[in-house]
Amino acid sequence: MTDLSGLRTPGPTIIALTEPFWKGGEEGHLMIQRCRSCGRVVFYPRAICPHCWSEDLAWEQASGRGRLKSFSEVHKPGHPGWLPVTPYVVGLVELEEGPTMLSHVLAAGRPPKVGDTLVMEPTDIGGRILPAFRLE
Amino acid sequence: MDAWAGASIVGIGELKPERRTEGVTTLEILARVSRLAALDAGVEPGEIDGLLVGPQVGETPQHVPATVAEYLGLKPTMANVVDLGGASGPGMIWRAAAAIASGMCETVLCVLGNHRNPEAPRSPNRNPIREFDVPFGASGANISYALLMQAHMASYGSTAEDFALIAAAERANAQRNPNAIFYGKPASVADILASPMVASPLHLLEIVMPVAGGEAVIVRSAKGAGKGRNKPVRLLGAGEKVTHRAVSQAPSLTSGPLKPSMERAFAQAGLAARDMSLLSLYDCYTIMVATTIEDAGLAPPGEFGAFLRDAGLGPDGQYPLNTHGGQLGFGQPDLAGGMTHVVEAVRQLRADAAGRQIRNATTALVTGNGATMSEAVALVLGAEA
Repeated sequence: MTDLSGLRTPGPTIIALTEPFWKGGEEGHLMIQRCRSCGRVVFYPRAICPHCWSEDLAWEQASGRGRLKSFSEVHKPGHPGWLPVTPYVVGLVELEEGPTMLSHVLAAGRPPKVGDTLVMEPTDIGGRILPAFRLE
Repeated sequence: MDAWAGASIVGIGELKPERRTEGVTTLEILARVSRLAALDAGVEPGEIDGLLVGPQVGETPQHVPATVAEYLGLKPTMANVVDLGGASGPGMIWRAAAAIASGMCETVLCVLGNHRNPEAPRSPNRNPIREFDVPFGASGANISYALLMQAHMASYGSTAEDFALIAAAERANAQRNPNAIFYGKPASVADILASPMVASPLHLLEIVMPVAGGEAVIVRSAKGAGKGRNKPVRLLGAGEKVTHRAVSQAPSLTSGPLKPSMERAFAQAGLAARDMSLLSLYDCYTIMVATTIEDAGLAPPGEFGAFLRDAGLGPDGQYPLNTHGGQLGFGQPDLAGGMTHVVEAVRQLRADAAGRQIRNATTALVTGNGATMSEAVALVLGAEA
């Protein structure tokens, strides 16, 4: 597997509200918010539920599994820090719980295809452990 | 009286796109292109009492309308920023008409432009895209639109060639526009497919070329429009919708907010997509035109390719598409790129499109699109009967 740990890429701009997501990712847990008022799941983390505007959001651990909704093999990255590992794959992961997140799809023996099942894989990208995904 | 009280476009200005503009400011460009629009309209600067401008990242972060008004010597009674990415230009047109219809002003200058100096500052942004997309390797619009394109191909079996047809047709149209950045440089479907892969499945020649430039449009009340030197172009219908910002939050990857925007604009105009003399469709990437054709109902979902093969997309065809070359052929002067679709529609509806005039052009669909199929504005424009 390609080593991404030495990349000089921009890391997340973490704030107090989003810290549980990133900290969970480091520990191998994909953390998402659920609204205790309307019961719906929220990603990315927010101050209020975008469905019902309740402030009563609680963190919970997601399964870490999802379906690849779309992907791109990136040859010309938008940030030069990614140049050493081109081409690499980013994808839209529809989490089992419902919301979609964008993530890095780790290189595997074969190219991904839309509909593939993905599993969260904590990965050192540029010296930070981030919730990337691998093909199941 | 209609919803827009007969407000009409009476003047247009456009600068020839350039790849580099060392030492030039956005304000200079806005001033030059505004002057062209006023000359075209036969409007004196003192008659302009409304001003709509775009954001000016890196030059004037706040107080943009006051800065532009001061530079131009205007004292508008309505001034604002329209910040809808590529939909900003079309979004200005209905806002200008609405301000006129409500009596706040009579004559509105809508102006967008950008310089293009070499240093590209790294983003100081602190927003959800910066936090949740960028760290995984997804910076910039190319990747987002590649994700939309891949989803379309996976959902419907559309092919790389289907998408390349769009870029080839627009390059062909650019050969009739001496101001286009790709004038004298046609590209075939084979050329487009042979161009480097930027972010699969998106090839380099399916992406707009960034350029410097400026576009200005003057919208005027029905009373004022009659006094000008040009045949006024009427706003017949408008629709707008904003659904998300980041591609991960898009309600759909294969249909966008232009669908309800166009439905609203057509309903207001009492017309349909098939009635249009010109399709002036926002085209930052080939996938955007494909989805817009399907969202407009010109082709069933997934079948834009068959539509393109039959349509005839030049000025003499059945469905003339982006006769100025589109942004894929003309170049994309940043936010002003969206306004090129308005300016070309006005030229066609005034029968001023020398060398590429559509015969008996009476109506045009103009679309604007911003972010990742996120911000949408649709306009139906009509020639004065």
